[in-house]
Order: sequence, then structure tokens, then C-alpha cells
Amino acid sequence: MKVEQISIFLENKPGGLEEVTRILKDAQINIRTLSLADTTDFGILRLIVNNVDTASRVLKERGFRFSRTTVVAVEVPDRPGGLHSILEVLSKNGINVEYLYAFVERSGENAVIIFRFDTPDAAIDVLQKNGLTVLPGAKLYGL
Amino acid sequence: MIYNEEFETLPREVLEALQLKRLKQVVQRVYHTVGFYRRAFDEAGVQPDDIKTLDDLKKFPFTTKQDLRDNYPFGLFAVPMSSIVRLHASSGTTGRSTVVGYTKRDIDTWSELMARCFVAAGLTKNDMLHNAYGYGLFTGGLGAHYGAERLGASVIPISGGNTKRQIMILQDFGPTAICCTPSYALNLAEQGKEMGIDMKALKLRVGIFGAEPWSEKMRTEIENVLGIKALNIYGLSEIMGPGVAMECLEGRNGMHVFEDHFLVETIDPTTGAVLPPGEEGELVFTTITKEAFPLVRFRTRDISRLMTEPCRCGRTLYRMDRVMGRSDDMLIIRGVNVFPSQIEAVLMGIKGLEPHYQIIVDRIGNLDTLEVQVEVSEQLFENADEVKVLQNTERRIVKDIKDYLGVSAKVKLVEPKSLQRFEGKVSRVQDRRHI
Repeated sequence: MKVEQISIFLENKPGGLEEVTRILKDAQINIRTLSLADTTDFGILRLIVNNVDTASRVLKERGFRFSRTTVVAVEVPDRPGGLHSILEVLSKNGINVEYLYAFVERSGENAVIIFRFDTPDAAIDVLQKNGLTVLPGAKLYGL
Repeated sequence: MIYNEEFETLPREVLEALQLKRLKQVVQRVYHTVGFYRRAFDEAGVQPDDIKTLDDLKKFPFTTKQDLRDNYPFGLFAVPMSSIVRLHASSGTTGRSTVVGYTKRDIDTWSELMARCFVAAGLTKNDMLHNAYGYGLFTGGLGAHYGAERLGASVIPISGGNTKRQIMILQDFGPTAICCTPSYALNLAEQGKEMGIDMKALKLRVGIFGAEPWSEKMRTEIENVLGIKALNIYGLSEIMGPGVAMECLEGRNGMHVFEDHFLVETIDPTTGAVLPPGEEGELVFTTITKEAFPLVRFRTRDISRLMTEPCRCGRTLYRMDRVMGRSDDMLIIRGVNVFPSQIEAVLMGIKGLEPHYQIIVDRIGNLDTLEVQVEVSEQLFENADEVKVLQNTERRIVKDIKDYLGVSAKVKLVEPKSLQRFEGKVSRVQDRRHI
């Protein structure tokens, strides 16, 4: 039920992001969602793409420092309290969130929240037991 | 003015006779008390008795910084620890720093030589000295301190740092002389100006600056902004500390080497051949009076030239020109000696880092800056795509550099391909300072 995310280390300089998007475009990779964490000197670009292996290969060829990390995608109805319903469960069960980002599905009915946990397996277990929808990678890549 | 009229103005032939006598003694002594020298002389096929004239010194092998490191910490001491009253050390990661020792008499000699320096700068016991050289393992602070006390001047042992407080003390105590690194003098002037203080109105009359390379341009700037005379002092902990050579107020052109205590040669750094006076080369010193830590033909890696012309001050001691550069990759950052290899050692001591780095030295305002760019390694980024992990690594590098080398650095993590890959000659340093 886990999702593979690509995290890319980027220096804070003009053209850094553009290079990544161009490489992915040239390899016909579709970005499902992304987030960028930044500091004064560097940033970490996190991507969910439709083809993790191809994306990894082209990034490696171009000498990028990246890693494939495991995240968990949770689907909730896109309405007030949607995110809160997940965080409430996690909080009650003492599960720590390292970071998260979100996007709304094309249909507009549901939102998908991408979570990074220290303990993804325990998190998935808790989420599912509490009736929340954890999306498998394959589903997410194809959304 | 001259502190030790007798020894600073000896006729050259009398001085050289004294040098020869002292050289013979020191060569004998190191051969019989320091294992390293016995082996080195034997290997080179020379014996202490081979010294018949001063010229014979060139038959003897050099001592290098590496020899000092190899004998860390006390391997080159020529007296038992019970005779040592003081230790100083250069910065360095474990096993790489250089430790020097002093007997009671060595401290006396050093104090006298520093007193000679202050008198050459026009100081008397009526002066007050603002001593902003760092106190501690670094030789600058205590060396200057003892010399000024020997002279009978009043010392403010302010040490380095806390610039605003220093400016307050310069105003309130009214010292007439200052010693620090030349870049710190400019920094003081700038901060003072920002605080709305007329730095030229201070009682300061003269400054004794050293421990880092500087230029005539900087001298003029310091003299203008502080309204003082700026003089150059030379020294290195291996030989003694500050006070190996000093410019005189009268000449302000080259530093008189205290040749009754140190023999100086210039050599071709590549071949090791001794160069005639006047030619630019690497300075090599032999200590001829030191008890605890005598060195024979120590290669300083400092590039300069000797000036044998008589000086208007009356000293017969030869002068050395200001240091023009280094024959190795040592950097002097805010007065602290830093070797790129020490930075590499720090990086390699941190798990997950690889030795792909670049060192960028610059001078912003009047202060040297040190930036270390380190490539994010695969291991570091593997399963650690969090900002905090990377920032912790940056902080750890900053802390380790500060702890081991005693210098503040800015650390920047960079993409792997951003640092040029070197083939053959490794050049990891960009020194952008225009001194």
C-alpha cells in the first residue's frame, strides 16, 4: 500500500527546477504531484510520477542526487474536516508525520494527502483500521 | 629606539662568530637529545662536527611541518617535561597539530625579543598596549603580553573578539599601541565608524600587525583610518611565536630578523638550494638559543626575500621582506592557519560524507570568510530526504571545523555535479581575496 516518491536535492539557484522538469518532459514522465521544501541554500523537490523507474534512470544519467523514498497516500473527501479526520487518527495513535503535501483528484470529489512517516507500516495499519482509504502506488501513479 | 643596543647592533663579523658558536652548540645538542635529529643527520651522512662555518649549515637536512606532525605531541622536545613551563599548539585535527614547548629561559628569550619588537615600534614603559591577539594555545596573545610586560608597558589583555567592547576600551582606557591581525584592525576601524566614533581621535599611535599576509595597500588604509603608524611583525609558533622578526619605525621597510637567536636562509622551494640574499624564496629558520624545542633548518613555507642593506635605524640585523605567499596550500584565515587537508579530515570524520568539497576564501568588508562547499553524497541523501537531516549535517560540519581548526566556516551543501571534478593536480581552494 506504499507509494514511491522521488526526492531530488537542488541547490538554490536559477534554472535548477527547470532542468529537472525538462529532463522529465524529455523522458515523457508525467508528474502526478510535487512539493518543494526549501532553505536559504538548498531545496528538496519531492515528486510522485507515473513511472518511477524511468524517472530514476534519467535523473541518474544526468548526475542528480536523488533518493527513492516511501510515502503513504490517503484519500479523503474534499470537504471541511477531510485532513483533520486523518490527523486525528494519527495523533491518537502517536504516529509522527515528517511532512505532508496534498492534491485534489481530477474528479474534484476527493483529495489525496501524501504523508511521510518514520514508520509507514504502522501508519498504514492504523489508518486502515480506522476506515481510511490508503491508495496503493499503482493507483496513484495512474490517476 | 633599540631595546638591546648591544645585540641588535653587533658588527656583522661579531654577530656571525656568535651565531657560529651557538649553531655548533644547538646541532650538538639536538643530535644527542632528539632521536629524530640523530636519525636525520645519520641518514644525511652529516655529523655535528661538520659545522665549521655558518655556510656548513646547508649540508644539513631540513625539518618540515610533517616531521613535527609525525612526532606529535612531544617527540621533538630536547628537554624533559619537568623543564617545560609552557606549551602552545597550532590548530589541527588530532595528530596534525604542532605542539611547541618552552623552558623558563625560552620564555625569557621570547619576552625579550617581543620587548625588542615593541621598542622598535617606538614603545616605552609609558605606553599602554591593547593586545587583541588571541590568548590561549595560539602564541600571539601571550607572546605579546610577556614582551610588553618585560618592557614595563601597561597591557590590556583583551584577546580577540567582542569588537564593540574593544572599541569601548580603546576609547575609555586610551591605549597608545595596539597589536592584532591587520584585518582585525580594519574591522575595528569600521565598527568604530559605524558606532559614530572618530577612530583617529583615539590615543592610538602605533600598531603592530601580523599573523596573516597583508600588503602596503592595507598598511596605508590602516594608517589612514586609525591615524596611526602600522608596522609588520613576523613569527611562527614552530620557531617561537611572534617576535622572530620586526619592522622598525625608522625604516618601515622589511623586518629585522633577530639573528642572534635565529639563523635565516632562503631556499628554492623545489630544489632546496640556498639562494643568495635578495632573491625570493622560502624562508628556512634554525633556532640557535632555544632549549625546549630547537629546530634545525625548519622550512616555513613562507615566501619572502632577505635584505642585507644597512638600515637607518642602526640595527645590523638583516631584514626579511613582507611574506609574499606560501609554497604550500596553507591558508591563513583571520590569523588562523588552515590546511585544506584538515578540512578534508573533518569531512571524512562525519559519517556519510565523501571527500568532494571545495574551499572558498574571500574577504568581505575586512574579514576573511571561509566557505566549504560539500557535495551531498548518495549515502547522506539515501532515505533522508528531510531538510532537517541535511541541515543537521551542515551544522555538524560547522561545529567540527570550529572545534578542530578554531575557525568559523560557512558550510553549503551542493549538488554532486556542481563541483568540478579534478584530474591530476587537485585544486580545492579558491582564494578570492585581493589583499
